[in-house]
Amino acid sequence: MIVRILVAAVAVAVGASTVVAQQDAIAARKALMKATGAQTAVAVKMVKGDEPFDLAKAKAVFVAYQDAAAKGPGLFPANAKEGGDTTAAPKIWENKADFDAKFAKFGADAKAAEAKVVDLATLKASFGEVSKNCAGCHNEYRVKK
Amino acid sequence: MLRKFVAFVLLAVVVGLAVYWLVTMPKSVAAASLPAYAPNVANGETMFNAGGCASCHAPDKDNRTLLGGGMELPSPFGAFHVPNISQNPADGIGRWSEADFVTAMTKGTSPDGRHYFPSFPYTSYASMKLEDVRDLFAYLKTLPQAAGKSQPHDLPFPFNIRRNLGGWKFLFFDDKPFVADASKSPQWNRGAYLVNGPGHCAECHSPRNLLGGLVASQRFAGGPNPEGKGWVPNITQKGLSGWSDKDIAYFLESGMTPEGDSAGGSMTPVIENTARLSAEDRMAMAVYLKSLAPVDGPARPGKS
Repeated sequence: MIVRILVAAVAVAVGASTVVAQQDAIAARKALMKATGAQTAVAVKMVKGDEPFDLAKAKAVFVAYQDAAAKGPGLFPANAKEGGDTTAAPKIWENKADFDAKFAKFGADAKAAEAKVVDLATLKASFGEVSKNCAGCHNEYRVKK
Repeated sequence: MLRKFVAFVLLAVVVGLAVYWLVTMPKSVAAASLPAYAPNVANGETMFNAGGCASCHAPDKDNRTLLGGGMELPSPFGAFHVPNISQNPADGIGRWSEADFVTAMTKGTSPDGRHYFPSFPYTSYASMKLEDVRDLFAYLKTLPQAAGKSQPHDLPFPFNIRRNLGGWKFLFFDDKPFVADASKSPQWNRGAYLVNGPGHCAECHSPRNLLGGLVASQRFAGGPNPEGKGWVPNITQKGLSGWSDKDIAYFLESGMTPEGDSAGGSMTPVIENTARLSAEDRMAMAVYLKSLAPVDGPARPGKS
């Protein structure tokens, strides 16, 4: 009897922790996307001329991109496909290798951009290149709701 | 009495059929009506990009000028299959005369005198300047041939009866050319022309009624995605009040929103087109869009 209760308790605990892990991953990746978007907005403002060029801020954008690219693949575990109002497409887990490779390319492009940026002209050029990765991945792996 | 009644019914049927026949008759542009003209191929390329031809007709997004078609375009009325508009004489439009092309673009009628479905947005292209359409034709002539005919549209009855489209056109198709508003700046007018004519923005960014006609009072106010999932944003000032004209122009150039998100769905291929326009043209479109009065679109389910 006690064994049964224990087994049941363990099962419930495992189930609950799975739910927690899944919610955590979804919340974490949403927060990461949001932070990345906020950094993108900083770059967009400079490129448009709404804000003056600032080398430190520009470099910080590309550093944030590298951080997002490094953390990204781990935030889409197989147990976090659904729930939490996610817009992650099921295709991610059908092509996980390609999905991860896209993050890797995004990170590498961001690193190259960080090294290249010195003024507004170089920011425009490298930001234009790096930000192509956003749409490239969103189109395939984000569902519109 | 009965004989009179039968005669009346027969007469009504004959008159009805005659009216149907007249209303649904496809219109065309006669070759003789086109004045002599030396086309501007470079402007034709601008029209190609503004018109978004490649988004539907070029199956390979990395090869925008190979216009073999074949893509399926889902809709609430059935599936459309995008035709080959390359210069291939057998599968494409290589044998078309200039008048055939002008007729297709501005009247929505094929060279063999049949109505096109408005999935081909002649409803917007009809307001293009004749010169722009002729320049586009000249530009298309410079593009390569693609092989292969696309399959026929897959539409259930009664939508598969093309003659009925004459009735649809009678209700929803205004084939008047664009008229500039003299009280507005040349920049605004250029933007209004690009957005409403070649750009055909309203075709997706407006709700449609049960018959598939645009709801004129909610033009640009967004609505359900006609291709299926998702929602097309409201681009009147109801939806874009937080965007400056610079924000809109930059979005059309890069696909980046002021919040730092990237354009998604069907807008991504549109950005591929607008990114190739001149900065002046993008700014003109932005200035026009900023001038649109705020209009409420249909309520979006599940969102407040």
